[in-house]
Amino acid sequence: MIEIKNISKKFRTEGGDIYALKDVSLNIADGDVYGIIGVSGAGKSTLVRCINMLEKPSEGTVCIDGVDMSLLSEKQLREKRKEIAMIFQGFNLLMQRNCLKNVCFPMELAGINRVEAEKKAIKLLELVGLKDKAYSYPSQLSGGQKQRVAIARALANDPKLLLCDEATSALDPTTTNQILELIREINQKLNITVIVITHQMNVVESICRHVAILDNGVVAEKGPVGEVFSHPKSEATKRLVFPEGSADNLRKSEPDEHIIRLVFNGAKATNTPMIARLALEKGIEANITYASTKSVDDKVYGYMLLGIKRDSNIIAETISYFMQMPDVYAEEVFLDD
Amino acid sequence: MTKTLFMFDPKNWEIITATFPSAIWETIYATFISTFFALLIGIPLGVILVVGDKDGIMPLPSWLMKILNVIINLLRSVPFLILMVVVMPLTRLIVGTVVGTVAAMVPLVIASFPYVARVTEGSLREVDVNSIEMARSMGATPFQIITKVLIPESVPSLISNITITLTNVLSYTAMAGALGGGGLGKVAISYGYNRYIYSIMIYAVILLVILVQVIQTVGTRLAIKSDKRLKGNL
Repeated sequence: MIEIKNISKKFRTEGGDIYALKDVSLNIADGDVYGIIGVSGAGKSTLVRCINMLEKPSEGTVCIDGVDMSLLSEKQLREKRKEIAMIFQGFNLLMQRNCLKNVCFPMELAGINRVEAEKKAIKLLELVGLKDKAYSYPSQLSGGQKQRVAIARALANDPKLLLCDEATSALDPTTTNQILELIREINQKLNITVIVITHQMNVVESICRHVAILDNGVVAEKGPVGEVFSHPKSEATKRLVFPEGSADNLRKSEPDEHIIRLVFNGAKATNTPMIARLALEKGIEANITYASTKSVDDKVYGYMLLGIKRDSNIIAETISYFMQMPDVYAEEVFLDD
Repeated sequence: MTKTLFMFDPKNWEIITATFPSAIWETIYATFISTFFALLIGIPLGVILVVGDKDGIMPLPSWLMKILNVIINLLRSVPFLILMVVVMPLTRLIVGTVVGTVAAMVPLVIASFPYVARVTEGSLREVDVNSIEMARSMGATPFQIITKVLIPESVPSLISNITITLTNVLSYTAMAGALGGGGLGKVAISYGYNRYIYSIMIYAVILLVILVQVIQTVGTRLAIKSDKRLKGNL
């Protein structure tokens, strides 16, 4: 259990104090995958660094399993950090060490003997699917492979918590999905709590159970992912959910329409035209208001906004029609909220 | 004149066989031993310059860092020949004499360790700050960050800089020849300048050039070979 209570982080600059975080409070349950999303400069990276005290919060406390991190001595803090693994946007592998030695790095820090460390490192590389690259150097790997090595390294000291700081931001969509799949697997198999920092909606949608939206150092909204994204209340969330124009703009343009959001989370792309079939089978006319989908490995990711007639029966029918498809999620978007 | 300068005079052969082997050995010996001690003092100082910085991993009091910086800059700005004279009392204290190859090593070390400190600082500052953050996030102590991240990650750059230091020290040893130091510098000065046997001086200089070439070539190769970033895709 991670309890972040009323933390603020102030940076002193020549032009006066700047607050990177203002009164942020979050509770993250064990075993959860918690997303923290926001545009760049929203304070996400500062927030995640306050969890392992790479940045000391100016005010407030961070408790991990009941231990107040800010009260720990430097030495205790270093011990505690061994339970909190971190992966980064730039992978941060040591370039002069081969993959095996990179995975051994945290075990070396913990004083585990070499033979034992290497044995475990091989197992971890196998877990991330890179056993054959054990003696390769980072410069010989692709971005996705580098992040896999970084993940293997993060798992070396059997952490309870994994912090992912924009871990997929430097990767292409296919690799992003593979890495997210690996993180999901780690969360489920090893029961490691995961905190995901990102600016990408699809990252949160595909692996997170809970999400907090950070805007200008303030938590704009937080809760279960489906709930937050289906009923965006704050402006910041609306901007994220509707990047190509806020909900308000949509309402103005189509007053008698009701918006339904379809989320494709790896749905099989078939040759069936879904919208046309909805019209043929159910007699419901849908207007594609906005679509942002992409196909990866024959699967569709992303979302689509459909404008349909403002009628509760039609809405319910449309939603149930799409909900019965695997990996498709449909929900109403309440623009009047 | 120019003809006699480069012509090989058989009369000089005796001088060459009598003086060159030991002179070459003295030059190599003085260069490598002096550089070794310069590294021994300079590398830790370079590490302190980086980690003791106010944004470093182990910030030291700023007055201490300032004093350190002033001393290093001061030693770096004194011309070598003058430094040799200035440190003579110290040389006498350590070696017992101010003449000879061993005596020349004292000013050589004093002149080159501040240089080593500066170039080491440069090498360590090239290490990606994100790698340091990664190590901190994993609970590394400052000492572990120095020994497992900062130094190993900058090995290729350190090798390049050590190579440059060696060639610098080599040229200083030749200069030391003017003030009682041994080696090829002494041969060049005493035969070429004092006795007007220019060809001996030219040969000594050619040998120095060859030594620099060899050191630089080997050093550059080692630096490239050690750099795992330059490994191509398999």
